Amino acid sequence: MPTLSPTGLNQAILDLIAMCVLLLTFVMLGSHWIRNHILAFAAQSWVLALLSAFIGFSGHYPALLVIAGLTLLFRGLILPHLLVRILDRAHLNREFAPVVQSAMSVVMGALCVLLAYGAALRLGQAVTGQSPVTPVMRIGLTSLLAVVLIGFLMLVLRREAVSHLLGLLVIENGIFLGSLILMPGLPLLLEFVVLFDLLLIVVALGMFVRYLRAEIGSTDSRALDRLVG
Amino acid sequence: MIWASLGILLTVTALASALCWIVRQPRIAEIVNLAAATIDCLLVCWLLVVTPSGGVRGVGNYLRLGPLGLWVMLCTAIVYFLASLHAIGYMRRMRKEKERLNRFYGMFAVFALTLFLAPVENNPGLFWIAIELTTIASAFLVAFQRAPETIEAAWKYVVIATAGLSLALLGTILFYWAGTFTLGPSYNMTWSRFAAIAPLANPGLVFFAFLLVMVGFGTKVGLVPMHTWLPDAHSEAPAPVSAMLSGALLNCAMLGIVRFLEILKSTPEHALAQTALVMMGALSLLVAALFIVRQRLIKRLAAYSSIEHMGIMAMGFGFGGALGVMGALYQMLNHSVTKSAVFFGAGSTMRAYQSKQIAGIRRVLDAFPVVGLLWLASALAITGAPPFGMFWGEITLLQGGMASGNRWAVVWTVVILIVVFIGFLSHFRRMYFGRPPTRPPEAAFHWTELASLALAVAAALGLGLWWPSSVWAYLRAIAHHLGST
Repeated sequence: MPTLSPTGLNQAILDLIAMCVLLLTFVMLGSHWIRNHILAFAAQSWVLALLSAFIGFSGHYPALLVIAGLTLLFRGLILPHLLVRILDRAHLNREFAPVVQSAMSVVMGALCVLLAYGAALRLGQAVTGQSPVTPVMRIGLTSLLAVVLIGFLMLVLRREAVSHLLGLLVIENGIFLGSLILMPGLPLLLEFVVLFDLLLIVVALGMFVRYLRAEIGSTDSRALDRLVG
Repeated sequence: MIWASLGILLTVTALASALCWIVRQPRIAEIVNLAAATIDCLLVCWLLVVTPSGGVRGVGNYLRLGPLGLWVMLCTAIVYFLASLHAIGYMRRMRKEKERLNRFYGMFAVFALTLFLAPVENNPGLFWIAIELTTIASAFLVAFQRAPETIEAAWKYVVIATAGLSLALLGTILFYWAGTFTLGPSYNMTWSRFAAIAPLANPGLVFFAFLLVMVGFGTKVGLVPMHTWLPDAHSEAPAPVSAMLSGALLNCAMLGIVRFLEILKSTPEHALAQTALVMMGALSLLVAALFIVRQRLIKRLAAYSSIEHMGIMAMGFGFGGALGVMGALYQMLNHSVTKSAVFFGAGSTMRAYQSKQIAGIRRVLDAFPVVGLLWLASALAITGAPPFGMFWGEITLLQGGMASGNRWAVVWTVVILIVVFIGFLSHFRRMYFGRPPTRPPEAAFHWTELASLALAVAAALGLGLWWPSSVWAYLRAIAHHLGST
């Protein structure tokens, strides 16, 4: 097996951490306080760093320890810090008049997880050719697809510019989570450039949030309705 | 020698950008940028001649220079040169942004640099990053004139493109995963490595990954239904930036889809992947045609025309075979030069009439005989009328479609092309004839605007009248490399 094949306790820990990541995604989906989103995103990144370190230790992938440190630093500290700064400068606090109520968005998120689970089982079966998919593949594919789907759901259900930015970051976290579990041997280079890219996106969109407030007077996406047809 | 030339090309562009930021003199910045564009253009032509047809790999196997990548770079270099020339006159007329003009040129060169980086990447992950960087660099150019519309366009552009590209990243990573089953957990990610593992991997997984990549890069290409950022960004950006977006950026993103299609070439899923691409192209063509017919704004008209042409190119690559691919590649170059001319003409006329609306522009020929004539010629060329190069690209591509057994798609394309021809030119009829405008347009174009427009139209005409056999041999070699037969 090219992927991880942990047994017993290790598998349980892996499941637990992946579930934590998924749960924190739901915290973001359910709350309308943007500051909570950022805190949940930071917490999610720390958990991802933990997962990275755990897989690095248990699976003997020393590169993952470096990635764990980078994740903690970039995704866990620098990006949340930049996001809080954007929030403070724009005097934003919470999402007003959301598209759907938080209970409803959590239900939709749950449906996404079910969809992801079903797709993961089918895909896993197709790839391995055996009917009960290995637990690693099951948790890896499910959490990957679920977090990415919920990230897209956040893009759709949110109206606030900063929430869109967070939605994009959640999608990236989902891809990172899946790649950690499914392919721990992914070259370090890719993770480097993805982090660099995330940093650029947050900085660029932070500047655009400033322009949005200056030119349009709002960071609500419903105000962005001039260009149609 | 080849790598030295490429190194010079990238360094010159980067230095030009840095210089533009440092000197703060718009007049110097525009010359520096134009000089870099000229050097880049010459170097790409030189590379086109000296690079062996099999392509070369270098710089620790991180870079790969092959005919396909060079062809895309040629399109980029030509558009970069034309747009830099046009920008001199066009940007000078922006009164409010006078002090910040050097930043425009600095960012313009960065944008070009990212566009040159993408085709030479030998690592799909790094290719993805280069495409992602083009988004950020060009978003600042779109938002250069700070107005509610431009900021809105730039914001939508970044959010939609980044969300779409995250799917491309997911697809790339799933390709890597497919490889871990045969190559072990760690291996170097390169295009050729991916091509080697694809036949051994699970077909379902490979096809799923391809669909993700197609949708992801398709967002950047402007394939319907992920095209929604494109008309906004193209219409709100300054004209030279619109030309770069349309004539250079879309090609680079298309290269991603083509490269992944090439990876699938010896798998059982290749035919299915080709069909998926043809379907996406056909849908793009239809939606673009509908929006072209009912369009009220000039630059949005040109933007939807880009979606249309990208749809045609997607179909050409989807048809496969020598003729389909050759047609699509020839179409790519022709689209780059012709669409630049359309955007240049649109930008200058919009400025002169102070209106973005088609209805606000009347009797262009009366006011500007030369610019008007050239712009009209570019409109004819973009709708695929002979004797312009676009016509030959489309004919070749459609022949490829007939040969590939996608007859329905060929009929579909021909019908829609006729609709677009009538719709597009009927807008131009209204702008060239009809009642005289209530307010006379501001006269006087800068000579660079005229020169860039004339050069672009001349290139479009030249590509239609003159068919050097070496170019076709070159394209045939690329097609042979891409095709499974």
